[in-house]
Amino acid sequence: MSGIAKIKSRTVVLATTDIDTDQIIAARFLTTTSRDGLGAHLFNDLRYRSDGALNESFPLNVPSAEGCEILVAGNNFGCGSSREHAPWALLDYGFKAVISTEIADIFRSNALKNGLLPVLVDKPLHARLLNEPGLELTIDLADTSLTLPDGTRVSFEIDGFARHCLLEGIDQLGFLQQHSEAIRTFEERRSWTP
Amino acid sequence: MQTMLDKIWDEHVVVPETAETPAILYIDLHIIHEVTTPQAFSKLRELGLPVRRPDLTLATMDHSTPTTPVRTFKDLAVISKGALNQIRQMERNCGDFNIELLGFDSEYRGIVHVMGPELGATQPGKTIVCGDSHSSTHGAFGALAFGIGTTEVGHVLATQCLLQRKPRTLSVEINGQLPPGVSAKDIILALIGKIGVQGGTGHVIEYRGNTIRSLDMEQRMTICNMSIEGGARAGMIAPDDTTFNYLHGRQRVPTGHAWDSAVLRWRSLHTDDNAKFDMSVSLDASSLQPMVTFGTNPGMVIGINDPVPASDDPSFKKALDYMQVTPGRPMTENDVDVVFIGSCTNGRLSDLQEAASLLEGRKVAAGVRMLVVPGSQQVKNQAEALGLDRIFKDAGAEWREAGCSMCIGMNGDIALPGQLSVSTSNRNFEGRQGIGARTVLASPATAAASAVRGKVADPRSLAREQRQ
Ligand code: SF4
Repeated sequence: MSGIAKIKSRTVVLATTDIDTDQIIAARFLTTTSRDGLGAHLFNDLRYRSDGALNESFPLNVPSAEGCEILVAGNNFGCGSSREHAPWALLDYGFKAVISTEIADIFRSNALKNGLLPVLVDKPLHARLLNEPGLELTIDLADTSLTLPDGTRVSFEIDGFARHCLLEGIDQLGFLQQHSEAIRTFEERRSWTP
Repeated sequence: MQTMLDKIWDEHVVVPETAETPAILYIDLHIIHEVTTPQAFSKLRELGLPVRRPDLTLATMDHSTPTTPVRTFKDLAVISKGALNQIRQMERNCGDFNIELLGFDSEYRGIVHVMGPELGATQPGKTIVCGDSHSSTHGAFGALAFGIGTTEVGHVLATQCLLQRKPRTLSVEINGQLPPGVSAKDIILALIGKIGVQGGTGHVIEYRGNTIRSLDMEQRMTICNMSIEGGARAGMIAPDDTTFNYLHGRQRVPTGHAWDSAVLRWRSLHTDDNAKFDMSVSLDASSLQPMVTFGTNPGMVIGINDPVPASDDPSFKKALDYMQVTPGRPMTENDVDVVFIGSCTNGRLSDLQEAASLLEGRKVAAGVRMLVVPGSQQVKNQAEALGLDRIFKDAGAEWREAGCSMCIGMNGDIALPGQLSVSTSNRNFEGRQGIGARTVLASPATAAASAVRGKVADPRSLAREQRQ
């Protein structure tokens, strides 16, 4: 999980609220058995018109969005389906962080497990970020801070354990496996069996 | 003083949470399907790990499977090579890892959240997960059930556990007698309209009150099913005699003495009097009417005869543009192209019965395509035994095989761009039922009435005609 300790990038802004995981990656692209290559279909029905032509006005398609690693999205990003294909697609496309005022539970958990940072900010800062697309931000996971070009620095909350795992390169499955003895004891001692 | 969540949570903590680490929570039932598991099995293979408890894992295929009527499952026309590959891989993964697969040759195959309860695998007090956000459905039995991502599917396969922080609790108290023509679907849509699509974020909902007590299990499942649309990862209802009567005699519940002691244990799961919730909301069921969505998320919902609201919010306007609906006018003015009855929200026998009762002796309006997709093969067989398939077919509707179908539109069952679909499913997101498709979420009765009228319709108006 290297390379996410510090993210320095300009932002792309999708101001729409309640962007659901169906919009992030439509269900018809889920008939895959791999995690790779989903970036090609990220926001497919917004990036492309129904005749397949590029929708030039969609924020990801404007030339200045090229290479941006931070997505600023409207409130309640990632709601809906639990598909982990959503963070996979965002990461595959090149995003490393999503900033919003609210990020849905399951998406947030999925994102953290894959090294996509869900960053929650307050409303005034959110409004400023929405109004100024292309702002260069620095996100520092080690001290959970977000820095604006004018030096404004705010800290954000993120699940401490997930942060620790990301910074130290700890695999959560490995962490669980270390407790296999406790799991066995639990199974033996419980008063009823499922 | 404990809530039901506290009790079930405490019973499943393998290692308690600390400030630094989340709890390790034991999972009693893991339901898996073809779309959100292949990458998890690949990880297991990569690490050379077995599935820890195949006996607590139950597999089926529902999401990308075709629902076209076929004589033998050999004739199945799968939508794409990708979908076929997923189905084949599911068969191989279950075979290699010794997991019971209720696949195409099983009379019990069905949508994950219809099949589990039907078999009695879903039981009070269990922790239940599945790589599908509507896992909250199983909470109707007094289980703690929630959707997980594919990485977590891998965690459960390998360790039967999940790393979880304990969620907060939201009490939703619903009282009053439900008026005729108003159903469980209308209750949950009204609630989401009230709390908003993120109202329950970070919380587990417990549905309480005398309305909830009066509902049967299928109605309770409809309510818990859509907890996620209100932002809550799980929804639950305390088990009672209705729950036990539903479960008694089902394939996977304990029998004899073991049944008695299970019921005794289940009776103690309810929230203690005076236990505290982090948040509470209440809803008066007696004032509800049939509900329909007008926008592109389930919180954009109104009564069937109410005018579509107006707002200057850009996201709101964008949604109305997409839906091609006009503020100030009721949804009943909109022509309908497609009607879908099915999904894990409303694809159970009582849902089909409700729709059939309105369709009997009537015809689907000219130009409307109506799909009726049972939630499982069991539901299909039961409906056919009652002759419901004939009622649907005589009315001009399509009677199909079990699966998720138009709820997610992965298998080729979709609405065309611009078409308006009145659907008993749970999500009206842009493009959910096909590119450019406009979805109106509603109850089975409202969907059936809309099929007959050719416009979004109030089921009570049709029911009145019936009585005359
Ligand atoms: S019917 Fe829809 S919501 Fe239910 S499991 Fe299938 S795709 Fe998910």
